[in-house]
Amino acid sequence: MTVSIQLEVNGKPVQAEVEPRRLLVHFLREDLGLTGANIGCETSLCGACTILVDGSAVKSCTMLAAQADGAAVTTIEGLARNGELHPLQDGFWEKHGLQCGYCTPGMILSANYLLEQNPSPSDEEIREGLKGNICRCTGYHNIVEAVKYAAERMS
Amino acid sequence: MAGVLGTSIKRREDPALITGRGKYTDDLLVEGMAHAAIVRSPYAHARIRGIDTSAAKTYPGVVAVLTARDVAAAGIPGMVPVGWLLPDLKTPAHPMIAADTVRHVGDAVAVVVAEDRYVARDAAERVAVDYEPLDAVADVVAALEDGAPAVHDDAPGNVAFDWEIGEKDPVDAAFAQAAHTVELDLRNNRLIPHAIEPRAALASYDSSTGVMTIHMTSQNPHVHRLLMTLASLGMPEHKVRIVAPEVGGGFGSKIHHYADEAIVGLCSLKLDRPVKWTATRTETNLTDAHGRDHSTHCAMAFDGDGRITGLRVDTKAAMGAYLSTFAPAVPTYLYGTLMSGQYDIPAIHCHVTGVFTHTAPVDAYRGAGRPEATFVVERLMHLAGEATGLGPIEVRKRNFVPADAFPYQTQVALAYDSGNYGPAMDRALEMIGYDDLCREQASRRGNGNGNGRRQMGIGFSSYIEACGLAPSAVVGSLGAQAGQWESADVRVHPTGSVTVYTGSSSHGQGHETTFSQIVADRLGVAPEAVEVIHGDTDLVQFGMGTYGSRSAAVGGSAIAGSVDKIIEKGKKIAAHLLEAAAEDLEYEDGSFRVAGSPDRALGLGDVALQAYLAHNYPDDLEPGLSATTFYDPANFTYPFGTHVCVVEVDTETGSIELLRYAAVDDVGNVINPMIVDGQLHGGLAQGIGQALWENAVYDDSGQLVSGSLMDYALPKIHNLIPFELDRTTTPCPHNPLGVKGVGEAGAIASPPAVVNAVVDALKPFGVTHIDMPLTPEKVWRAVNAD
Repeated sequence: MTVSIQLEVNGKPVQAEVEPRRLLVHFLREDLGLTGANIGCETSLCGACTILVDGSAVKSCTMLAAQADGAAVTTIEGLARNGELHPLQDGFWEKHGLQCGYCTPGMILSANYLLEQNPSPSDEEIREGLKGNICRCTGYHNIVEAVKYAAERMS
Repeated sequence: MAGVLGTSIKRREDPALITGRGKYTDDLLVEGMAHAAIVRSPYAHARIRGIDTSAAKTYPGVVAVLTARDVAAAGIPGMVPVGWLLPDLKTPAHPMIAADTVRHVGDAVAVVVAEDRYVARDAAERVAVDYEPLDAVADVVAALEDGAPAVHDDAPGNVAFDWEIGEKDPVDAAFAQAAHTVELDLRNNRLIPHAIEPRAALASYDSSTGVMTIHMTSQNPHVHRLLMTLASLGMPEHKVRIVAPEVGGGFGSKIHHYADEAIVGLCSLKLDRPVKWTATRTETNLTDAHGRDHSTHCAMAFDGDGRITGLRVDTKAAMGAYLSTFAPAVPTYLYGTLMSGQYDIPAIHCHVTGVFTHTAPVDAYRGAGRPEATFVVERLMHLAGEATGLGPIEVRKRNFVPADAFPYQTQVALAYDSGNYGPAMDRALEMIGYDDLCREQASRRGNGNGNGRRQMGIGFSSYIEACGLAPSAVVGSLGAQAGQWESADVRVHPTGSVTVYTGSSSHGQGHETTFSQIVADRLGVAPEAVEVIHGDTDLVQFGMGTYGSRSAAVGGSAIAGSVDKIIEKGKKIAAHLLEAAAEDLEYEDGSFRVAGSPDRALGLGDVALQAYLAHNYPDDLEPGLSATTFYDPANFTYPFGTHVCVVEVDTETGSIELLRYAAVDDVGNVINPMIVDGQLHGGLAQGIGQALWENAVYDDSGQLVSGSLMDYALPKIHNLIPFELDRTTTPCPHNPLGVKGVGEAGAIASPPAVVNAVVDALKPFGVTHIDMPLTPEKVWRAVNAD
């Protein structure tokens, strides 16, 4: 049994037949080939699979593809515009906000949501806003710096 | 190119990773690929009476279901080997798939291959295994008690090995004559590495060529190929290719050769099609080799001046159910040998018992033995500061190996090459503002009845580590089955650009950037003109991989060696072209010049072009401009430093707040300061995590209670604080770059710094020790103990 879904992914319309139980992250990764969202825990705790659904940061490992019917989804692949890096991508690069990079797409999209809500967060607000995303490499020090760098450039 | 070494060049790895284009193993989708799900034991110890695979085999979409019988039928070795032997080490068999007995929760009993990953999981649940549950023992101390359930029949008493280093009698004599002694019983908590990318493998057997290609989460593809070849799949080594694509963190957990990747290889071999397996978080937590898990009694003796006269350590170290790849080395040669710390200790004895338990294997995890040793030494030094009345700083300084005493031969095999410990501590004290902190602490202690609610503590850790796992002769004599050198092949192309093939295998450390800096500096080319290739056994001739903070010191030195050879050969070619003597040639800023005649010069590209065209070429030289080096270092490297942690402890709730963390590290020369700082940050987070939150807990029946991120507390961003870093620089005297290594320093130094700080805060309550992790409950109980 499948269900029919229509959604927008990175600005492009997508139509698909999916198993009702198919996770959104698997739909994005395996059906659409958008492998930027990574799976780290399957329990909504690590945040590596974070994407934007209608502008909100969502952990795509615990959302069904069927639930995304009618939604606008943005993945890390859709963040750079016209070949130009988003300020957050630039910030993570500039400030060494990543090492292995596995958590990075989710971290950047969570930070994107944070900056949408609060364009000039304090260090404490950055740390509060990103506590749903785990990084095992950086100790978070430079992630805070990266988000601050982006916030300054976006303001 | 001058100025490129020691510069924070942005990482070339990043553009792919920040745009989602980096390809990790699970990202790889290939034509005809099937998915594997591994059926695992729910029991810590059980006999397998039988396995009924019929329901799984007939489930729609299932391609195959394999068990231990299929391993046997395939005629392959089917084993998971240990790579480091000790005298009298018990090495019980570790089958890829358990045949008759399972020995830990998560032990593989069958594998299901299906067209779809969901179907594979569905069918895995339909494999009916008839288990006869047996008594299990998960605790390292309980496993040694009389009558404890045996993990292996051929390891009586659950003892894997009994090992010692140093001399016992001089230590006993030191204690007999001591003016002061301190002692401690401690547990070094079991940790789960938690690379955020779970382990994964995509095996693609091609029957037309007989070649097996396995893309997998590996820190050392050649080591994986060797062990896969020798012990698991039994295929000839030249018919196996291991590729590590982007690897999402390792921290040691992706060094080891596991059953799962071999199982996936067998599936592909048998089915002649690509098969992929990706662990769930729970699977990876049940099967990744864990870290630490020691029970230790330790004691230190001092003379009347507060000088250390003896150190005694007795440790029971968990090995888990099977001996993992490096497991026996970790609590022995990477632990006992570090017991001198930064101190001149005249007598040391360390005894270690390796213990089988019905748990996941224990092996190298960031620091591997050295954090455990540092914890012993630095906790004792904290207690010694109190017992001698000298305080934490003076007792350390009085016992530091003096700067003029290097090279310094310890009593536990290692000879420290260089060091200067005092300045690192002085700088740390200056950064943290120690005197002001002491005043603040005194004021809080003076609050009310002397025991105010929010107490402040200051903890120190002056650590040493042995990095750059090496040299081959030493590690071989210590039981390693492989040398610990590294290889590098550097090729200059006809146009003067360069490709480096390195046996180091990056998984977040930024080797491509750092190694390009080494070549750029030494060869006088732009970093952009240097490509760095790693992580593929077909491209790189051989390599030992990335672990033990060895990539810059050993892998980088191999690259430097190849560059030097290229320059020497280039001089001969240039001398011929310039009609000069090779010994008159100098190489500088990418040009070969005749000494004293600055206008007689040729660029690297000119010489390289001739090396390949070879039209006008010296008779006694082979064409081409490339060089291979197998660099086998003369010694380990010995980074050191002093870390200071400041905490506030709420004595009513037991909760701990990190206030400050300052670290002064000496890692020798620094290639890319930004990357070095990043390595320290990450290590600190893991060490602080061990001290405050992380704990792998098995219950008495051997069930992993902290098997998911809901139960295992990884450090999150709001738990941590900004780190204050600085460096002293004492170059390594025995490698061409003067570098030491930095990957593990943070994880080694920080646990005792944090615990010492908390114990210091609770001094008014008479608290002298709390076992990690320092949960609020444990802190509250310590404060409220009778």
